[in-house]
Amino acid sequence: MSDLIISTLTQGLIYALLSYGVYITYSVLDFPDLTVDSSFPLGAAVTAILLLGGMDPWLTLLCAAGAGAIAGLCTGLIHVRLGVRDLLAGIITMTALSSINLLIAGSNVTVERAVDTIFTSAPVMALLGDLSLSGRKLVVSLVLAVVIKLLLDLYFRTKSGLLLRAAGDNGTLVTTLAQNKGNKKVLGVVIANALVALCGAVVCQEQRSYSAVMGIGQVVFGLATVIIGISLVRFFTHSKGAQGLRKTKGLRFLATPQGTTAVLLGSILYKFCVQIAINVGLPANMLRFITAALFLVVLVIAGRKGEEIIHA
Amino acid sequence: MLEMRQITKVYNPGTVTELKLFEDFDLTVPDGQFVSIVGSNGSGKTTLLNLICGSIPLDAGDVCIDGKSIRKQKDYQRYAVIGRVYQNPALGTCPNLTMLENLSLADNKGKRFGLGFGVNKKRIDYYRSELAALGLGLEDKLDVPMGALSGGQRQAVALLMATMTPLKFLILDEHTAALDPKTAETIMVLTGKVVREKGLTAMMVTHNLRYAVEYGDRLLMLHHGQVVLDRAGQEKAQTTTEELLQVFNHYSIL
Repeated sequence: MSDLIISTLTQGLIYALLSYGVYITYSVLDFPDLTVDSSFPLGAAVTAILLLGGMDPWLTLLCAAGAGAIAGLCTGLIHVRLGVRDLLAGIITMTALSSINLLIAGSNVTVERAVDTIFTSAPVMALLGDLSLSGRKLVVSLVLAVVIKLLLDLYFRTKSGLLLRAAGDNGTLVTTLAQNKGNKKVLGVVIANALVALCGAVVCQEQRSYSAVMGIGQVVFGLATVIIGISLVRFFTHSKGAQGLRKTKGLRFLATPQGTTAVLLGSILYKFCVQIAINVGLPANMLRFITAALFLVVLVIAGRKGEEIIHA
Repeated sequence: MLEMRQITKVYNPGTVTELKLFEDFDLTVPDGQFVSIVGSNGSGKTTLLNLICGSIPLDAGDVCIDGKSIRKQKDYQRYAVIGRVYQNPALGTCPNLTMLENLSLADNKGKRFGLGFGVNKKRIDYYRSELAALGLGLEDKLDVPMGALSGGQRQAVALLMATMTPLKFLILDEHTAALDPKTAETIMVLTGKVVREKGLTAMMVTHNLRYAVEYGDRLLMLHHGQVVLDRAGQEKAQTTTEELLQVFNHYSIL
């Protein structure tokens, strides 16, 4: 039983990387980015091929993030430079990218036991060699999730980060500050997809496999975790001026650092919900059905609560 | 100095709803002048401001600042020397950012938005004193998200933000129209003060004829894209609201 809790917690921590990415596009930038469904397996494909090629597992993570960044750049430029609507720009990249993924790694790749992953790499073994594999996985994912959260929080406090938040909040102001708001949007989508691909890469190393269809439903998962996390944190904290904010951006926004904490918790909670559903007896084939159904439930509950608060 | 030379702007060209708003329109605003612009709906006031700021494209003619054409510049490039306060108080600030973060953004206009810390703690005392000068008790609310403030408070901060860094032009686009009469009065007094103290060149579009008479040192009335009244200096100073209303009604009936 405790094994199951540890592995579910690990899953939640790893997938938090994806949730951070969706938080940046959906929540901060107000950009519904569907690239995620393909940039997630892209990260896995890149890491799988490079691992088999003998590259250092940590270095493959960087390459995967870089590949994700390029995917984000495509979506961003299609939207900003070619003037295609944000949703459609994401769909175009997502579709084209699914072919690229097949080109990179085919439809399935298995990373055999002989190949080292980040969880069995020399530095991790030196530090955590006494732990079991699942223990190491938990610690490494915890460190990754927390370090990236802190880096994001730090970034959002810089001038560049502040302007990125402003671009999602009020594009007109960014223009009157003599800054190109399009460039900020592109930057945000680039960072987001780098994180999503990084998540795909870690997932691939954790389960030692890549599959071309592993991206299906990841956008929904990301959105669900962002909305669950933010709704919960909102529910338990009554921050100053929150009343006014609910009206301006509904339920989807919470500034960092609470925002990133919220999506981290949302991701863990969501993985537990799905795990419970499977344990209760729903077949694993129904995983995406559960994901979608759970998302609907969250949306309806969060929406109701939001309205109550607004009308109160 | 701002020069608009032979400006032409046509909406919906080639259709039945074609509207030739400006044709060979000329306007020169010398440095340091505060111009109030009035006119009925559809007279071209806001279009004029949007043409200067590059929010909408010109069909013909040229816009120059200090003799240099800015026609080819994108809107965000033009705002390097232009500050603007909008009618909608929500457009001048970021609702989900705190007042301190908003002020820090405005303070950094014209500089690089790099990886340095967004909020410069050394500037907080300066922000406090500037906010205190507004007289709205905002100096203690630096950590409050802008969205939680009232429209009037937001507009006051928007005005402060628009004029925080050196600029050649201040554009005021009916910036008191969405406020209640008392708040509008407060914002107008603040506007007059900041324009005078900083010696700004300003263009203010307003529907309030009294503000147009009381503020600024030049008064323009637009009608169907033409200047039908242009008074400056002594002549402007002697213009009364009643007289302006008569002229306004005369053109409204036409």
